[in-house]
Amino acid sequence: MNINVSRRDLLKGSGALVVSFSLVPAGDALAQGAAPAKPVALTELDSFLAIDARGQVMVYSGKVDLGTGITTALRQIVAEELDVPFSRIALLQGDSRLTPDQGKTWGSLTIQVGGMQLRNAAATARGALLEEAAKRLNAKKEDLKVADGVVSAGNKRITYGQLIGGKSFALKLDHAKPAQPKDPKDHTVVGKSIPRIDIPSKVTGRFAYIQDIRVPGMLHGRVVRPPAIGATLQSVDESSVKGVPGLVKVVRQGNFLGVVAQSEWGAITAAQKLKATWSAWQGLPEQAKLYEHVRATKVVQDQVTGNVGDTTAALSADGVRKLAATYDFAIHTHGSMGPSCAIAELKDGKLTSWSASQATHDLRKQLAEMLGMSADDVYCVYLEGSGCYGRNGHEDAAADAALLAKAVGRPVRVQWSRADEHGWDPKGPPTLIDLRAAIDTGGNVTAWESDFFIPQQTAGSFMVPLTGATLAGLPQKGDIAPGNVFQNSAIPYKFANVKTVCRRLESTPFRPSWIRTPGRMQNTYANECFMDELAAAAKVDPIEFRLKYLDPADRRGIEVLTRLKALAKWETRPSPQAGSGAGGNVARGRGVSYVKYELVRTYVGIVADVEVDRASGAIRVTRITMTHDCGQIINPDGVRNQVEGNIIQTLSRTLIEELKFDRSMVTSLDWASYPILTFPDVPEVVIELINQPNTPPWGAGEPSAAVVPSAISNAVYDATGVRLRSIPFTPDKVKAALRGGA
Amino acid sequence: MAQRKSLNVNGKSVRVTIDDPEMPLLYALRDNLALRGPRFGCGLGQCGACTVHVDGKAMRSCQLPLSRLTSSQRIVTLEGLGSPQQPHPVQKAFIDTQAAQCGYCINGMIMETVALLATNRKPSDADIRKALANNLCRCGTHVRILAAVKRAAGIA
Repeated sequence: MNINVSRRDLLKGSGALVVSFSLVPAGDALAQGAAPAKPVALTELDSFLAIDARGQVMVYSGKVDLGTGITTALRQIVAEELDVPFSRIALLQGDSRLTPDQGKTWGSLTIQVGGMQLRNAAATARGALLEEAAKRLNAKKEDLKVADGVVSAGNKRITYGQLIGGKSFALKLDHAKPAQPKDPKDHTVVGKSIPRIDIPSKVTGRFAYIQDIRVPGMLHGRVVRPPAIGATLQSVDESSVKGVPGLVKVVRQGNFLGVVAQSEWGAITAAQKLKATWSAWQGLPEQAKLYEHVRATKVVQDQVTGNVGDTTAALSADGVRKLAATYDFAIHTHGSMGPSCAIAELKDGKLTSWSASQATHDLRKQLAEMLGMSADDVYCVYLEGSGCYGRNGHEDAAADAALLAKAVGRPVRVQWSRADEHGWDPKGPPTLIDLRAAIDTGGNVTAWESDFFIPQQTAGSFMVPLTGATLAGLPQKGDIAPGNVFQNSAIPYKFANVKTVCRRLESTPFRPSWIRTPGRMQNTYANECFMDELAAAAKVDPIEFRLKYLDPADRRGIEVLTRLKALAKWETRPSPQAGSGAGGNVARGRGVSYVKYELVRTYVGIVADVEVDRASGAIRVTRITMTHDCGQIINPDGVRNQVEGNIIQTLSRTLIEELKFDRSMVTSLDWASYPILTFPDVPEVVIELINQPNTPPWGAGEPSAAVVPSAISNAVYDATGVRLRSIPFTPDKVKAALRGGA
Repeated sequence: MAQRKSLNVNGKSVRVTIDDPEMPLLYALRDNLALRGPRFGCGLGQCGACTVHVDGKAMRSCQLPLSRLTSSQRIVTLEGLGSPQQPHPVQKAFIDTQAAQCGYCINGMIMETVALLATNRKPSDADIRKALANNLCRCGTHVRILAAVKRAAGIA
């Protein structure tokens, strides 16, 4: 028995409560190929909002909910600005026909950019509705009152539904000059911890993730991956799967090999049994020499991100104390709990793709290019998947499904295996950072120099190549797209001489993409650890040391650190603490770190308390204390949830995670070989959110992750007097450092 | 060849048509019975996303071939515990604590917690951490999940 649902159910199942709007025929009309008369341009109000005759508001968001709860927050922004009840707002997300292209859902920009576009749309709509109401009620606009979508003047009333119901606004938006929003002092919905709308259905098994979706006539596909990344498919023995019940087809296209079956278990069985011969390939560097490989990789661009004064002269000046250190940060995998999944149907020359892509508008172009189709003939629909934390395998699964659907002429669902996800999702590239500084006899920093060895970003489109297209030898732009990994290589501290350079590398061992806090995490880690090294060398308390060099005009940064001192009950003293090198089996210490995200937005301060077991080398993080200023907060509990998640996930990345590989392939293909943090190691987490209701909202999905690795390293130094400079901080590395440095 | 298999799922007797008696229970629940609570996470028994109760015990349904199950064993999934309108007390505690981000792992967290509280009504913090030690969460929702379990146990 298969479960059949109509497209209308699909949309409902995605958690977006799609009601039948007169303006937009949702669901079934699309299936019949009817072109909805709905704009998607960012400059049109109707791209973002529709109000039906009953006063129900439909929000169209190009930014999608990747499990972060932003669809609740986006509704709050619209409810607030329009003066309609939260419960009357439905939201459709990531639909390449119906939602505006607001760019990828990445970079902590959903509220900051997407939400503010929606706020502008809602404020513009409210203004237009009041104009119209003034005419109809024969009243002055300034005398009108609005509550719950009803406009009143004295005892005369008219509803939004009566004013606009089903009709388009036909108004332009200029996001550079947005309509005047409400005064934050009048906010009643924004700033409230409204419970997330998706959680009740998620905790009762009613929520439909992409992994749960079934379409009529659908078959199940699996891709059979090569045993080595660059291997060539030499032969396939189809007789090896002859007896598999329900097998429909073995699909071979270049090095792309897949199976399609009637049932999911049939597809799994066939994929396991299929015998294929592949060529050998050993194009990966030796893992033990990874950073030598990184250092030896050709530099194609020196990107100078900070340049003040003359560091060369300052570093060679007489009487200065010079410090130098090298930091590295391992290759990480996204590690989504639910492996990537997608469904595709190619019918009458038109492709429909259902996936958890964080950029359906971009995916549409990529799938069109791969299949040699017009982008107009490709329709991509977002359905929430397992959390992805960046560009994981979702888009690749969409490409796999499209290739298999084309081969069999039926809709095909592709569910990646755990090994597919761990082995083939794009990776956070290895990062190597050299730092040098000079301190004068008065303990002042006179020079700061850094080199970040990070992959280049080709072109400007950030299209991570699709694995299926690569294997099948189909056309696509071969971009290298690690994300904006140069960010936070420059520093927020005011030294007389600074030079920060990103040495952009021609290549990196694995197909790169962005993983939560890409580059900002690695760069902040090196910068903030080295800052701690300088503070220790100057024998100054690490918070005082940072405050000394922050721009005194940067009030919010200073406030984050000042509040952190109070919240963490910080004792002002230099690090390491007295007796840190002494015996005793367990050493305790605290470390601090700070970031101003991309040097222009969200501020975060952190204190980590750790215990280091000298015998085993294990680091136990006992408490994380954090202060966080992301401007105006839309949903405090939502921000808190994100911040907690960033802390725990990044502890895992800092202490445990490292992709393992041989010369051919990733070898950490499951959770045993790529372990992550588990409940026994979860610390106490104390967070103070600093709300700034009168300032723009900034991102909260990434910044708090940036400070975690450095805080741990600095705390270990405080406890032991030993510096950890290589992520992950495994017990073996800790023991080696203790042997060498204590 | 196709064969029928009787199971007791969420209090009802059901029959599923299967090709392979070695197919894990997870696929019968998801593909044959259209249930969404048990989730495919690894297929290796490492993550806990597929957890169900078999006679009250938390089991990894991806590691349970149908051949090892009988029609008298009571299988309960996340849907069988409660609904959005009438959530089970543990589900309600997760809602009240907002203990989910993407929510993909939450099935396992709740199923494991219900099984724990059935045998240990007032677990310690250490008991809870131990009981959930083999349930993975990638979003880092652990702090809230621990709070939700404590709330459900009345020790918050």
